[in-house]
Amino acid sequence: MDHTSAELDELYQSIILDHNRRPKNFREMEDATAKADGVNPLCGDQLTVWLRMDGNQVADVSFRGQGCAISKASASMMTQVIKGKSRAEAEKLFEDVHALVTGHPTGGDVGPLKALGGVSRFPLRVKCASLAWHAMKSALDGGSGKQAPVSTEGEGPGGSGA
Amino acid sequence: MSSGRSTIKRARVTDEHPVAATSLAPKSDFPLLAGNSRLHYLDSAATSQKPRVVLDAITRYYETANANPHRGAYALSAAATEAYQGARTRIASFLGVADADTLIFTRGTTEALNLVATAWGRANVKAGDRIVVTRLEHHANFVPWQELARAAGAEFAIAELNADGTIDMSALQSLVTARTKVVAFGHVSNALGTVNPVGDLVAIAKRVGALTVCDGAQGAPHLDVGVDSLGVDAYAFSGHKMLGPMGIGGLVMRRELLEAMPPYQFGGDMISHVGDQHTTYNVLPHKFEAGTPNVEGPVGLAAACAYLTSLGMDRVIAHERALVSLAMERLSAIPGLTVLGPAAEKRSGVVSFTLKDVHPHDLSQMLDADGVCVRAGHHCAQPLMRALGVHATTRASFYVYNDAGDVDALAASVERARRRFAGA
Repeated sequence: MDHTSAELDELYQSIILDHNRRPKNFREMEDATAKADGVNPLCGDQLTVWLRMDGNQVADVSFRGQGCAISKASASMMTQVIKGKSRAEAEKLFEDVHALVTGHPTGGDVGPLKALGGVSRFPLRVKCASLAWHAMKSALDGGSGKQAPVSTEGEGPGGSGA
Repeated sequence: MSSGRSTIKRARVTDEHPVAATSLAPKSDFPLLAGNSRLHYLDSAATSQKPRVVLDAITRYYETANANPHRGAYALSAAATEAYQGARTRIASFLGVADADTLIFTRGTTEALNLVATAWGRANVKAGDRIVVTRLEHHANFVPWQELARAAGAEFAIAELNADGTIDMSALQSLVTARTKVVAFGHVSNALGTVNPVGDLVAIAKRVGALTVCDGAQGAPHLDVGVDSLGVDAYAFSGHKMLGPMGIGGLVMRRELLEAMPPYQFGGDMISHVGDQHTTYNVLPHKFEAGTPNVEGPVGLAAACAYLTSLGMDRVIAHERALVSLAMERLSAIPGLTVLGPAAEKRSGVVSFTLKDVHPHDLSQMLDADGVCVRAGHHCAQPLMRALGVHATTRASFYVYNDAGDVDALAASVERARRRFAGA
């Protein structure tokens, strides 16, 4: 599939490159109440998301790991937008962002994450944009880090072979 | 890796080969390349493009000789049998194998290695034995042995590397003892391009009588292999990486080993006589080729071998080395770029690299927009990536249809991506 340079510009917007260079909340969390690992087995990328829940509210969120600009920027922006949100609001954002990157935007307000809209033209990169969100969702659902990491397999078309 | 991350900041470039200003094989021979003039296909280590003669040979087979080989008494079935067996003879000859019936067709290298690990391995590897592989291996020459060791209760040992991505031969030698039953190694590393010293590896394994298994997926397409003279017990290869079609490859193995081994799969064609309670097996190569075979595959691959022969494998080697030297020189000049692996004279047509602060996945996406096709990822060599201290690399790999213009496009595109990600 040939991509135009305009599509590439939309994928790598400056806000994405900025988050890639200087990711927010890129740290481990000592007092986390939940954490989950996410892996993309096709490219070997992996990251960990930590949550500190205060009742029903996300009091703090952070991440660390290895990934491309898309996965890092998505994770970084995710930590910005879900901090202070309720569990239901965080889950709604997960749905809205997933819909956006797969090319079926719901129209829900995703804040700076609208910059990920360009991903929908690059089906192979949906997994990158979704990685942190799957991990966050898994942590919300009670991930403790003891279970198997959540995988992006089953998300979009396959990636690299041998 | 014994001393951690390997780096070659300044490529050592040999001057003995002229820069490959033009491709060795005309791009016009390759329909996909001829139809995409802005394409710079630099992922031949993953799969090669196919020349017209290969596509034509496959079409001609279906149009003139298609039937089920080894079955009918009619002339068309005999023609199919001749196409199939004739291809075996020509492919064996290309690979330097005198006894063509010791070439067993498989779907590719992965199936060939699984065949050895399963059929020979289960019959010969016992609890307490040891299997030795190297840190360079592709998962296809790693996981089957790991799995065999686990099932047999044998030890699985990994020979580590020198800092330049070559095998630490003294480390390997110390692992190969009287209880070592298998030494498995690649001919050429798919991730770094390292050409391994097969003769030395065979000599070490022979001292203790261990089986030597060579993954030739990156050897057969790029070197004048001469399997018989390599001295290995088993050599596996894939047709699609050497201008042939996908889904065909093979295992070459010493006749006495194949004859002593139990079959890998059971069914039609591989039998001699089927009694109610007991079956005897067919002679080589049929014993290991159960079921209706892939005929178009060998036919296409034999045409690819003829095409490579017409180019001359010595010229193929020189052409790739010239491109690799040029690529290492051009890429190494880019700030923050690190070429991984050995010097140009110790490698085949592969250049793997990292670029500071730019993930290979992003880099390959940027390159794609310039028509430059490279591979990004772990290259099915995660044990190697761990030793290199990286999660992924970007890999450019060259073949007969590449030229200096492809290297220029690669270097220019990498430099553009670097500037973009640096915010310049």
